[in-house]
Amino acid sequence: MSTIQLIAGELEPHPDVALVARVRGGDVSAYDTLVRKYERQIFRIAQHITQNREDAEDVMQDAFLKAYEKLDQFQGNSKFYTWLVRIAVNESLMRLRKRRTGKMVSIDEDIETEEGSVQRDLADWAPDPEQNFNQAELAEILRKTIQGLPQGFRIVFVLRDVEGLSTEETAETLGLSIPAVKSRLLRARLQLRERLSRYFHRKKGSGETRNKQ
Amino acid sequence: MKCSEFLALLDDLIDDSVTPEMRAELQTHLRKCGHCEVILNTTRKTIEIYRSHEIYDLPAGLRDRLHAAIMARCKKGC
Repeated sequence: MSTIQLIAGELEPHPDVALVARVRGGDVSAYDTLVRKYERQIFRIAQHITQNREDAEDVMQDAFLKAYEKLDQFQGNSKFYTWLVRIAVNESLMRLRKRRTGKMVSIDEDIETEEGSVQRDLADWAPDPEQNFNQAELAEILRKTIQGLPQGFRIVFVLRDVEGLSTEETAETLGLSIPAVKSRLLRARLQLRERLSRYFHRKKGSGETRNKQ
Repeated sequence: MKCSEFLALLDDLIDDSVTPEMRAELQTHLRKCGHCEVILNTTRKTIEIYRSHEIYDLPAGLRDRLHAAIMARCKKGC
């Protein structure tokens, strides 16, 4: 009994709960509010998985439509956002399967089995290394770098570190165990770090900027 | 503490989910190991950069198309 009271006392209703209730009551404008709140995140997730702009646009539309139609099935025991992300991840994987004409696609694809290793001769990064690139250059570096990660690492990194899901939510969304999420996250972070070092390392002797073209 | 042990706990340190005792041990290792210090700082920076930069812009008009699709679906169903 005391546990239940404690939990009830700790949790404040998430603002999405009221919006979802309004949509269920027939207020479509409340759904527009939810779309505006999460469209960027859902589009990014779809783009990270499908690696294709058109597919990501379709996935975003399909995911929001599906969530709208299935709102009655939303139990409310997870956050609306996490539920929506799960729909978007599934839609993205389905889209990939179609594109690859039936070839099995899963988030386990391309996972290497050996333990990730870290190079010994590490160069530190320049201070605020992103400032040595203009916005377009930096976006291109970040896109190229994350696209090079195996799918199963990339999606864990995106959900956990970019979109802010907890380890538990990421595990639930992807149907993975918590240790599997943790192990993939560590390897994703280390691989990204290592790949970004090519661009961001401190030049020997200079201590700061890289020459801009 | 060896570097491999430090690396195994790197995520917990970054995500701030270590006990105070473990944090003290990790910090002791960091004071002696420049290699692990670079890994920690640059991994943190990696996460921060990806969090703070939009690398895929939402296509123009996508929201309007989605809104229209939802309204069309709504007319049928609600």
